[in-house]
Amino acid sequence: MYSYDDFDEAFVRARVATFREQVARRIDGSLTEEEFRPIRLMNGLYLQLHAYMLRVAIPYGTINPVQMRQLAMIAERWDKGYGHFTTRQNIQFNWPELRDVPDILDALADVGMHAIQTSGNCVRNVTADHFAGAAGDEIEDPRPTAELIRQWSTDHPEFLYLPRKFKIAVTGSPNDRAVTRAHDIGLRMLRDADGAPGYEVIVGGGLGRTPMIGKVIRPFLPKAELLPYLEAVLQVYNLLGRRDNKYKARIKILVHETGIDEVREMVEAAFVLKKEAFPGADPDLVAAIEAAFAPPRFIEGLMYAPLKGKARVWATTNTAAHRHPDYAIVTVSLKAVGATPGDATAQQMRVMADLAERFGHGELRVSHEQNVILPHVHRAHLAEVHEALLEAGLGAANVGLLSDIIACPGMDYCALATARSIPVAQEIAAHFEAREREIGPFKIKISGCINACGHHHVAHVGILGLDRAGVENYQITLGGDATESAAIGERPGHGFPAEALIPALDRLVQRYLELRRDPSEPFIDAFRRLGMTPFRDALYPDGGTRDAA
Amino acid sequence: MWRVPEMAGFVVTANDLLVGDVIYLTPAQGWTRRLREAAVAPDAAAGEELLTEARRQPARAVGPYLIEVAAAADGPRPTVLRERVRASGPSNRPEHGRRPEDL
Repeated sequence: MYSYDDFDEAFVRARVATFREQVARRIDGSLTEEEFRPIRLMNGLYLQLHAYMLRVAIPYGTINPVQMRQLAMIAERWDKGYGHFTTRQNIQFNWPELRDVPDILDALADVGMHAIQTSGNCVRNVTADHFAGAAGDEIEDPRPTAELIRQWSTDHPEFLYLPRKFKIAVTGSPNDRAVTRAHDIGLRMLRDADGAPGYEVIVGGGLGRTPMIGKVIRPFLPKAELLPYLEAVLQVYNLLGRRDNKYKARIKILVHETGIDEVREMVEAAFVLKKEAFPGADPDLVAAIEAAFAPPRFIEGLMYAPLKGKARVWATTNTAAHRHPDYAIVTVSLKAVGATPGDATAQQMRVMADLAERFGHGELRVSHEQNVILPHVHRAHLAEVHEALLEAGLGAANVGLLSDIIACPGMDYCALATARSIPVAQEIAAHFEAREREIGPFKIKISGCINACGHHHVAHVGILGLDRAGVENYQITLGGDATESAAIGERPGHGFPAEALIPALDRLVQRYLELRRDPSEPFIDAFRRLGMTPFRDALYPDGGTRDAA
Repeated sequence: MWRVPEMAGFVVTANDLLVGDVIYLTPAQGWTRRLREAAVAPDAAAGEELLTEARRQPARAVGPYLIEVAAAADGPRPTVLRERVRASGPSNRPEHGRRPEDL
């Protein structure tokens, strides 16, 4: 993976030193909260319901064992012994004290990490397919592209004060695991008829209060032209994106209101001018980045036997096809029933780091689905990995099943939330645990407010927590999809009070089990075949209205 | 301007500058982590006066604002869920919301 060079090191250290002074000035009263707030946010520091929260970037979800152990150390020394992996492949610490934050940032810098641009109206942490560099279906590793974008966008003077935050995702596989169609810019790597590499560029996707599936602005962009093209998109957005209303400030609104054709014309015109001054990244730099992501030396000739018992069951859900036939991609579920989705204790972080070193060629990934990936595990080692995960409380065999729920922190932590997410996820997981293998692939995602950090719009069954006259109420959406066939879920009717949610989901699942062609037809396929009506009828046996909630 | 804590009314809350945790304005214009020790204004107008006082202490309290509380057997109880969660700690890890001495 990419390691900091001298420039990166000096830049991050300088930022920490500056922030250390700014924290001191806030504490001694030289800076007011109004003055300090934008400064702390640009360094990833929020003030949430109960405490400060530090959001640490894990660029494109790639992390090594040394970094994972440092996160464990930070969790124990300055937090409460755990961290929370997020839907943007970041990690959040929920309990740091203000005076300690500069020391935490220095500790991060010690291992090539930072919290820069994890907040604010700038280009945020670039995300990528969490199976990058390992997936059997991959055209090309998306991480060199993501790293190039990270370097280009970090502290970019033109794009630090955009109308609103800006999120970019990259996938190198036709099977989209990076939700590219729900990002401000999504990049899908592909090759043209001559085999030359490039990108399909998607713009204007996003979730939040106005969910939209992104539109293709450029069907094929040659790889070498990526950065000037991104600059052209950002330039058009920076000039025309609304700054008078934060709820209409994302590029999706610009694309929606202006029209993709007109936006494309403006971007292409800007691109022509950009290319004259900035033809693209230095090829030597690109080559150096690509070299940093060279695949590991895979073990050849090692024999292995089929897995047995619990390990075999676990492998059916928690492993995926690797580019090397003797290897598997292991997804470590952070969704043990009863646990908080995405949370890992310091000890669990160390176990994952150890396993990555012993059996995973020293690589780890964080997924937007709030799990951790060991991307390169030889099949001969799967049983041992499974055993170690079980001992650490990380052996949940539920990836892609109903209890593998994405949940935002919700009102238990987040200052923006209108309802709780975590207890709802815990209750649903516990309720369906015994039946989830019978139910099959089923994506539930829960957000505690309309900002949709839990990606509920693109869930097979999305759950949105709202405040209805002081009472938590949960709105269901059906038929969403986060993949290459992305779709926004639809509301079947009114929301449910918390106590009515599980019975409603029970009816929904039961109807699906009755109606599916056979166990090989997942819920989302059955929904697309049958439409909303039978599932709405199940949710609202006494009749529901679309606009009642 | 304020009443004893077991009565309904309005309380000023904020986050502690250094620790970030939830604090409440006391009758002595200090701050406490215990809601039962908070000053309770009988109405919104009196609450605004408390809030004005709180805003004079930016070195300790971040973002003070008024919350409504109802009378309960063990002291004031926030009327909205968000403030009840702030008062008691996260429901998935309630032990993390309060320091042992504040329970």
